[in-house]
Amino acid sequence: MAEKLLMKGNEAIGEAAIRAGCRFYFGYPITPQSELTAYMAKKLLRMEDAAFIQAESEVAAINMVYGAGATGVRVMTSSSSPGISLKQEGLSYLSLAEIPCVVVNMQRGGPGLGSIQPAQGDYFQATKGGGHGDYHLIVLAPSSVQELVNLTMDAFNLADQYRNPAMILGDGLLGQMMEAVEFKEPPKVALPDKNEWAITGCKGRKPRHIVPFDLDPLVLESWNKKMGEKYTLLKQKEVRYELLNTEEAELIIVAYGTVARIIKTAIKNAKNEGIKIGLIRPITLFPFPEKVIAEAAERVKKFLVVEMSLGQMIEDVKLAVNGKAEVKFYGRSGGVVPTPIEILEEVKKI
Amino acid sequence: MKKVFERPKSLTEVPFSYCPGCHHGIAHRLIAEVIDEFDLREKTIGVCPVGCSVFAYLFFDLDMVCAAHGRAPAVATGIKRAKPDSIVFTYQGDGDLAAIGTAEIVHAANRGENITVIFINNAIYGMTGGQMAPTTLIGQVTQTSPYGRNEQTMGYPIKMAEMLSTLKKATYIARVSLHKTANIIKAKKAIKKAFQVQIEKKGFSLVEILSTCPTNWGLSPVEASKWLEKNMIPYYPLGEFRVPEEVK
Amino acid sequence: MLEEIIIAGFGGQGIMLIGRLIAYAGMLEGKKVAWMPSYGPEMRGGTANCTVIVSSEEIASPVVPNPHSLIVMNKPSLDKFEHMVKKDGLIILNDSLINQAVKRDDVTVIKVPANEIADQLGNSKIANMVMLGVYIKKTEIVNMETIYKALEKGLSSHNRDLLTLNLQALEKGAEIVK
Repeated sequence: MAEKLLMKGNEAIGEAAIRAGCRFYFGYPITPQSELTAYMAKKLLRMEDAAFIQAESEVAAINMVYGAGATGVRVMTSSSSPGISLKQEGLSYLSLAEIPCVVVNMQRGGPGLGSIQPAQGDYFQATKGGGHGDYHLIVLAPSSVQELVNLTMDAFNLADQYRNPAMILGDGLLGQMMEAVEFKEPPKVALPDKNEWAITGCKGRKPRHIVPFDLDPLVLESWNKKMGEKYTLLKQKEVRYELLNTEEAELIIVAYGTVARIIKTAIKNAKNEGIKIGLIRPITLFPFPEKVIAEAAERVKKFLVVEMSLGQMIEDVKLAVNGKAEVKFYGRSGGVVPTPIEILEEVKKI
Repeated sequence: MKKVFERPKSLTEVPFSYCPGCHHGIAHRLIAEVIDEFDLREKTIGVCPVGCSVFAYLFFDLDMVCAAHGRAPAVATGIKRAKPDSIVFTYQGDGDLAAIGTAEIVHAANRGENITVIFINNAIYGMTGGQMAPTTLIGQVTQTSPYGRNEQTMGYPIKMAEMLSTLKKATYIARVSLHKTANIIKAKKAIKKAFQVQIEKKGFSLVEILSTCPTNWGLSPVEASKWLEKNMIPYYPLGEFRVPEEVK
Repeated sequence: MLEEIIIAGFGGQGIMLIGRLIAYAGMLEGKKVAWMPSYGPEMRGGTANCTVIVSSEEIASPVVPNPHSLIVMNKPSLDKFEHMVKKDGLIILNDSLINQAVKRDDVTVIKVPANEIADQLGNSKIANMVMLGVYIKKTEIVNMETIYKALEKGLSSHNRDLLTLNLQALEKGAEIVK
């Protein structure tokens, strides 16, 4: 068994990325994720065949990711909500260019400069594309420091496998908290050969182009469709979720990330009072676990979605439930984290 | 019979789609010749911008990446850092480099990224149909300065070569022009020096090329070259602004 | 077993450090642990606080509205957190800096002249260790030896020479609980 380390979430992501073979990081400091940028600086600036740049802006950082990723290396950037907004242009380009990369968003309160406390207000931005055009990121939502580690490693594999940017969608609390973590060997999966598309200089082959545009709508549409097929495949193969007490539940709560952990305490407290609550925790937000929610809605007639926002994921839950059950919402926003007590009170109202 | 004039290997057979009298074609050819002469074709990666030369990837027979508007220096930074042994150049217009991408060019130069930047300054936005560029001259009429550029509200044209020359890590900075044969020969020398700096890993190099846009200037190709000489060169002096000792 | 504790005081009093030591020691003993700092402008000179959870089971909510224990090093922190402590919980307060009685009568209160003891040992910076000594001895959440181990591993190299002093401070704190 690997040694256990007590690590901050932000630093654990950095270590996981390096262990997953990421040697290139471009970013810009922003609270509450700056420890990740600092960790990558500390490690990568002392490594061979590696690069760390504190870029002039998040815009520049994501475009450095685009350049490095185009050569086929594993590359990462990270930020928090306002900085992620600035990266959207680049993410749109990366998606059409099918350049794999990992982007971390440790969300904070918004909109605008918002607050620096934990929030989940970037769900729409993360799961519905975020920038211009018709695309999706692969979005993973960890709820513990250990899961930050595991999902960061998985994110690199998924990004390579599907030639698509992958996002770790956490929040300030996960980034700042320390928990015990183990670093196991990154999972080995068969990955497509990057030598088939990477831009490295045309030695021994015909020149290649990475061109995220085509003025012929029919050509662009064919690319869009190809991307659409990729998203369909993701929905078939890569959906992940955690279920807790859903079998005997009279009410099912759907929540992700930090909130899902708080729900678990609420569920335990509820059990002591004889209230049977179940939890569906989406781990992949795109692809969204719509099937398992739809199935649950056949049995359970009451759903509660809890988010640190005024209600974003609830729209996907409602689509999945498709009118088969009542879907209520409870949320805190602006950086306010709900407590297990207030969630249980909310449950009792239903 | 011996061929004395042929297409450089670093150019494809695709005919240039630029307007008659536009200097992009000449600039492309000079870059391709330099890459051929240094025998760098197989290790060069070009980054094209957004603007008329967004199609540069069709004309260079090289590995090419298209960047978002203004971001070419950041993209080139990422490429070069990941593949330090490759030769990386960006090809950018005045809107791309001197307006939307000002931060990226300044900081790539300031970090001393070992890349070569070819900066086409034709004092106008070509692809979008002739709007004011940051390098548009005072009094120059464009779609968005219909009464002439007025420094009161629009500021003065930006001298990028001079501005970037204040940066300690900008190793080679020159401004050249393509309006006459003698100037074209000088331009090629400057481009060659710029690539030489990169080959020797001496840092950031940039060549600003004054060029024409007859279509959007509303002039014939010959008139356009004259207009460049008469109006642009007095404001944008030609010459080398930064030269490393060894390549002087 | 589930222990939830909030530690609070001024920035610079070593609040975060003793929180991390408890978490680290808990981890060394095979327990589940979580440490959460307050973050933001207040960590630069104002009040600082952190939450530590030590549990025999997987930790669910890292948000602790009602901690079992509270270690407070200054008055603003007592004002802020006193009412949150669970019934029958524990408040350890730094008597040297808090000239105020605890209003609650349903919790155990231990007053510690932490700064005086630290000064007697020759370094006012180790008042936090005195408080930690009291807390560990009183609750036995982890063994004192494990705290020693955590301290040895956790101190940055330039604080190494303070190790002995820190251990003395922990012992002095423990002696208060008898």
